[in-house]
Amino acid sequence: MTASDRREAKPEAVPVLEVEDLRTVFLTDAGPVRAVDGVSFTVGAGETLGIVGESGSGKSVTALSLMRLLEEPARIVGGRLRFQGRDLLAMRPDELRALRGDRMAMVFQDPMTGLNPVIRILRQLTEPMTGHGRFTPPEARRRAIGLLGRMGITAPERSVSRFPHEFSGGMRQRVMLAMGFANDPALLIADEPTTALDVTIQAQILDLLRQLNAEFGTAIVLISHDLGVIGSVCRRVAVMYAGEVVEEAPTAEVLEDPRHPYAWALVNAVPRIDQPLGADRRLVSIEGAPPDALALPPGCRFAPRCPFKVERCEREHPPLAEVAPGRLARCWVTQAGQVLPKSGGAGFGGARPAPAAAEPLLSVRGLVKHFPLPRESFFAPKRVVHAVNGIDLDLKRGETLGIVGESGCGKSTLARLVTRIHAPTAGSITFDGQEIASASPAAIRPLRRRMQMVFQDPYASLNPRMTIGDTLAEPLVAHGLARRGAEVRERVGELLATVGLNPAWVSRFPHEFSGGQRQRISIARALALQPELVVADEPISALDVNIQAQILNLMLDLQQRMGLTYLFIAHDLAVVRHLCDRVAVLYLGQVMESAPAEALFARPLHPYTAVLISAVPVPGRTRVVLQGEPPSTLVLPTGCPFRTRCPIARPVCETPPPLAEHEAGRWAACHFPGEFGHAGVAA
Amino acid sequence: MLRTLVTRLAGAAVMAVLATLVIFLIANTVPGDPVLAQLGDLAASNPATVAEWRAKWGLDLPLWERYFIFLRGLAHGDLGTSIASQRPVLEDIAQYAPATVELSTIAFLLALVTGIPLGIAAAVWRDSWVDAVARVISLIGVSSPTFWLAFVMLAVFYGGLQIAPGPGRLDPIAFPPDEVTGLFLVDTILAGDWETFHDAVSHLVLPAIVLAAATIGLITRTTRAAMLEAIGQDYVRVSRAKGMREGYTILRHVLPNALIPVVTLGGLAYANLLAGAVMTETVFSWPGLGRYTFRSAAALDFPAIMGITLVVSVTYLLVNLLVDLSYALLDPRVRR
Repeated sequence: MTASDRREAKPEAVPVLEVEDLRTVFLTDAGPVRAVDGVSFTVGAGETLGIVGESGSGKSVTALSLMRLLEEPARIVGGRLRFQGRDLLAMRPDELRALRGDRMAMVFQDPMTGLNPVIRILRQLTEPMTGHGRFTPPEARRRAIGLLGRMGITAPERSVSRFPHEFSGGMRQRVMLAMGFANDPALLIADEPTTALDVTIQAQILDLLRQLNAEFGTAIVLISHDLGVIGSVCRRVAVMYAGEVVEEAPTAEVLEDPRHPYAWALVNAVPRIDQPLGADRRLVSIEGAPPDALALPPGCRFAPRCPFKVERCEREHPPLAEVAPGRLARCWVTQAGQVLPKSGGAGFGGARPAPAAAEPLLSVRGLVKHFPLPRESFFAPKRVVHAVNGIDLDLKRGETLGIVGESGCGKSTLARLVTRIHAPTAGSITFDGQEIASASPAAIRPLRRRMQMVFQDPYASLNPRMTIGDTLAEPLVAHGLARRGAEVRERVGELLATVGLNPAWVSRFPHEFSGGQRQRISIARALALQPELVVADEPISALDVNIQAQILNLMLDLQQRMGLTYLFIAHDLAVVRHLCDRVAVLYLGQVMESAPAEALFARPLHPYTAVLISAVPVPGRTRVVLQGEPPSTLVLPTGCPFRTRCPIARPVCETPPPLAEHEAGRWAACHFPGEFGHAGVAA
Repeated sequence: MLRTLVTRLAGAAVMAVLATLVIFLIANTVPGDPVLAQLGDLAASNPATVAEWRAKWGLDLPLWERYFIFLRGLAHGDLGTSIASQRPVLEDIAQYAPATVELSTIAFLLALVTGIPLGIAAAVWRDSWVDAVARVISLIGVSSPTFWLAFVMLAVFYGGLQIAPGPGRLDPIAFPPDEVTGLFLVDTILAGDWETFHDAVSHLVLPAIVLAAATIGLITRTTRAAMLEAIGQDYVRVSRAKGMREGYTILRHVLPNALIPVVTLGGLAYANLLAGAVMTETVFSWPGLGRYTFRSAAALDFPAIMGITLVVSVTYLLVNLLVDLSYALLDPRVRR
């Protein structure tokens, strides 16, 4: 046995990573902010550990602490970090550098900004290989090409000489993963590696992570806000709250039976695609916000928000202790043996009345929107983005219609067309019996107050220089619904109360609110004019899961109280299934399938619907992973638009299948409806 | 790429001609009469002399016809004859330009080799003493008036310490090298005349520093800001996570991205140096375009002013074109 063999064999005995009482603080002017406060866990060779928590819980800071990549003013002030038995905190910078990118690698969240735009992919991939002296340049080049191929990038020999901007987001994340595996690390830390990606691409990347773990025996620490994502890769999970691990256990057990109230709230805040829909659609949401890291409560940090707290919780800080074999929780209540309830049935008023089968409020026929692009040069051919290519939809009064599909499928364009922010290229839009597709701006103006929009980004959609009182008063005054002065003030106060905000906050500015509060303000703004139709474009995708649950509950309440009709655009299928009466699936600007939500998810007729549902990360479920990405929208699709990626495509698919009603209320544009039902989920 | 280049060059030519039109109109609406400036009070009081003089220089023709004559000459590569020097304007410019080109280029290179490393150091060691020194240097550079700085430099290093030579391109007793390019540094090397080369270099030092001062300040600040922005990007953290050396990360990952705004500024700054050395050249008796411009303007020497305008605008347009082309080198996203 040679010396190097012995070195390779040794880590088998020692855990790859041991974290003991890690403490990381941000030294701010206001005092030290304890971002990571006594975190401990161990990752054995080849193990997978997930870290879950909301924004600000300290999960990313933990990851950076592990890599010793913290930047000022963050500093590790206590604890122990051992990597393969070696003390990371005692290492010199050059020793750390030798480990990073070699034995321990990290993949970051945003693949769009993680690659250097002015350097070819090849050099970005090979620099850790040659930089750590493991490969000569020609070897590194061969290995880079091999790794890219392994990550599922087509024609890797050609792709390596490209620049990052020539790759899509999913492709870039594959490159980032290849970079992480450049030197066959013993540990890979992945910080939200799929958050910026579509659900189909996310499924591809998660599959890849699992395979790499199995194949190379690389230990993986996966950080995510999504328990489903963690569940599909990691055997164990650590739930973080306010800088502490509050529960650590096998992932499946946490999902089934969480033993910390915060984990319980996380699990129940998210609708599950694999569980039957109850009559009560309200989700569990916990009130309040995480504690101020400068003034942490003396007892349990979750106590102020905890629905199960007992007197002791506010007084004494609970330790992370065993509550069952292999399960740790930081909770006095469960440590005393109490069981948390199965689900959070908050007992709100039950099922909604079925929408009346009246005339549709909104009706869309043959809707087309093409955006011409500027010519690249005078002689270049004219290019056109075919965003929407013939959509038919009906939306009944009081109904919620969900629109789903990958990015670029035309969801947002559709939202902007039905509210006539864009003018359609062709087709008709009827709103309450009135044709608005080609109506003049003056004719549409009175209709504006009857249809309102809520946008995705609550940070960008509120004017930072207006108080929220002014923001809410503006539409009221513009449409003459209230006179300036006392009347407007009264309405604004009512609106804030309606969306669950304190009416006394009218003179605050948007930056004084959290993301969830801002989205409430956006909803209040949409409601100011007492609209009939609310078009919500990804209203919750920028929010933490608990806040998502709050906003969804709010939308449900408002619908019940005000009889609102929703056009709800989202990429999260579980949420759509949970909230919507009907769902339309879009692909390349066309409707692939439209059906009642429950039926569509139980038994999809269109193969695209089936693979979309299958891509949702649900632990322990076999998946059909859709390969590739949607084709360019610069080319108008011929035949069935999905046939290039369809698992059951046949020659007949070159003629476009019509969107036909195959069963009562179930429409699908497929020659073989229902044939590919692999991923059907029991209702 | 070639087509882009041709289109851009054609566009630049049109812009240059338009610039002459603007200057032609402005110069002719300025109150002041070249007759008085050239002939002196006595001769100007004689109407016959004045009329004859006007006819000789074509000043009696209508405005549009004079501009047309200028354009016709331009098409033949003729910029007309200077009223003041009585020589073809093109010859005048060819005589004065090399001195300016030499001075501005040296000043520009000086600004680059000082400003960029200073900016990098200031960004890498942000809020340290290096950053403080860089801030002071750029503040002095940007805020001291050129004429003041020029006098102070001359007074201290020539008058007081006597370690720098006086004004002019060479010592009065030195012979200029045989003219090949008109650039003394190049010509002396070509002639192998190292003594004159050394003399020319030492005469360049003070005016180059004075001329470069403001540009050093600007380039330092821009480089620092661009570096700080690039250092904050995710790919820098990725590079560190890959275990790359810090120096490598700064030079190979940060700098190429930070250079893009610096190139934009650098191009403009170089064009500015070429066109705007009036103050420095006057104080250092530098026989360049700046002094020629000043003299021509004072004498209302229309043909010379038009010629200089054309040269300056063509310089700006060419430098801008070079800047745009260098984007394609620096940033693959601009390449087609």
